[in-house]
Amino acid sequence: MWIDNPKMITDTVKTALEATKKQDTSWIMHHVLDARELDFSPFGVIHLPQLHLFGIDISITKHVVFMWLALVILVVTFIFVARSYRKSLIPRGITNLTEVLIVFVRDEIARPTIGKGNERFLPYLLTAFFFILTCNFLGLIPYGSTATSNIAVTATLATISFIVIQVGGMMKNGVIGYFKGLIPHGIPMWLLPIMLVVELLGLFTKPFALAIRLFANMTAGHIVIMALLGLIFILHTYVVVPVSISFALFIFLLEILVALLQAYIFTMLSGLFIGMAVHQEH
Amino acid sequence: MNTLSYLLLLTFSEGGEKGGSPLDVNPGVILWTVVTFIFLLLILKKIAWKPILNSLSERENFIKDSLEKADKAQKDAEKLIADNKVSLVKAEEEAQKIIEQSRELAEKLKTQILEESKSQAKKMIVDATSEIERKNAEAFNKLKDQVADIAVNAAEKILRENLDKDKQVKLVNKYLDDLKN
Repeated sequence: MWIDNPKMITDTVKTALEATKKQDTSWIMHHVLDARELDFSPFGVIHLPQLHLFGIDISITKHVVFMWLALVILVVTFIFVARSYRKSLIPRGITNLTEVLIVFVRDEIARPTIGKGNERFLPYLLTAFFFILTCNFLGLIPYGSTATSNIAVTATLATISFIVIQVGGMMKNGVIGYFKGLIPHGIPMWLLPIMLVVELLGLFTKPFALAIRLFANMTAGHIVIMALLGLIFILHTYVVVPVSISFALFIFLLEILVALLQAYIFTMLSGLFIGMAVHQEH
Repeated sequence: MNTLSYLLLLTFSEGGEKGGSPLDVNPGVILWTVVTFIFLLLILKKIAWKPILNSLSERENFIKDSLEKADKAQKDAEKLIADNKVSLVKAEEEAQKIIEQSRELAEKLKTQILEESKSQAKKMIVDATSEIERKNAEAFNKLKDQVADIAVNAAEKILRENLDKDKQVKLVNKYLDDLKN
């Protein structure tokens, strides 16, 4: 057994460690990871300000900039859209596009998943949907960066979702009533401690899954595209160019679908969990 | 122990020279995400979701109302048409009845008038006949009286002038002349 020879394991691990240090994956990671500057090479690089507050590094990063870009795009678009509704109830131009999405979120996500009382959570669901959708799409434009491929961003969004779920459930059922409702009816007393742990774990796995799903989906596509294009440089041949380009293009088209799909799934699951917290009898 | 530490080192080692892994959590980004998302939520709730959702529900209600109104109007129109048909049939029947009635009335009136005039004519004839008879009888009586008078006068004159023949003839002639006059 290999475990009998600690020296061998140590050597292997050492070699592997050296290998990981030598292996240059920065050309993929540079694209995916957050950064402290906006890289518009070959036109130039904009360095972002470094900020510190109470000893915490709150520097503006690339992903923060793209979140703000999404914010500006959404605010400007919806000021325009809201104004167009004031003029006439008939949608025209970009209002058609946003209306399809708004009605989709309302009729296909909020109403079936939450049911009665979905109007209270509709602003949150709409904001989450449009924010994630815009961030996803911003990663698909040249020089763009996907803020939703940052685990910090998705985890924060999932945490906000978690708070909305819990607060929504507590506001409907009362704090004590909500925690009572978490445990299913009619289980034997001796199962109670186990069920309590399971249900409490369940509460936290839901947002965790939300965060990981969005992060993984948005990161994976970009890494695959970069890897496919990277084949050209790894193999040092032009032969793979058509293959790389066509495969990368295919993945890119898939990314458009994934961008829409992940915004939908995040919103839909948030709605589903809110519905479960609000209507505990089901 | 050395082995274990190497394994741990491998697990948490950072690939690449630049460092940084997709799983690194930057607290600054968390803060900015919270700030951005809450700000976006509040501003969009105020400027977008409320007015847009209101407009949407307003339009949906408007469409629903319009459809209901149209449905009601159609039903009303159909009912009106049916009513009209019924009343048309009724009116036709009424008219037919009126015509029938007036025809009967006219027939009755005709026969009545005819009978009346017939009986009147009969009565007139009867009246005329009796009048004629009465007049005849009157004339006859008058004639009878006159004839009697004449006869008596003639007898008187004959008796007065019953002297000679000449005179008698003259008398008769004169009397006859008188009678002529």
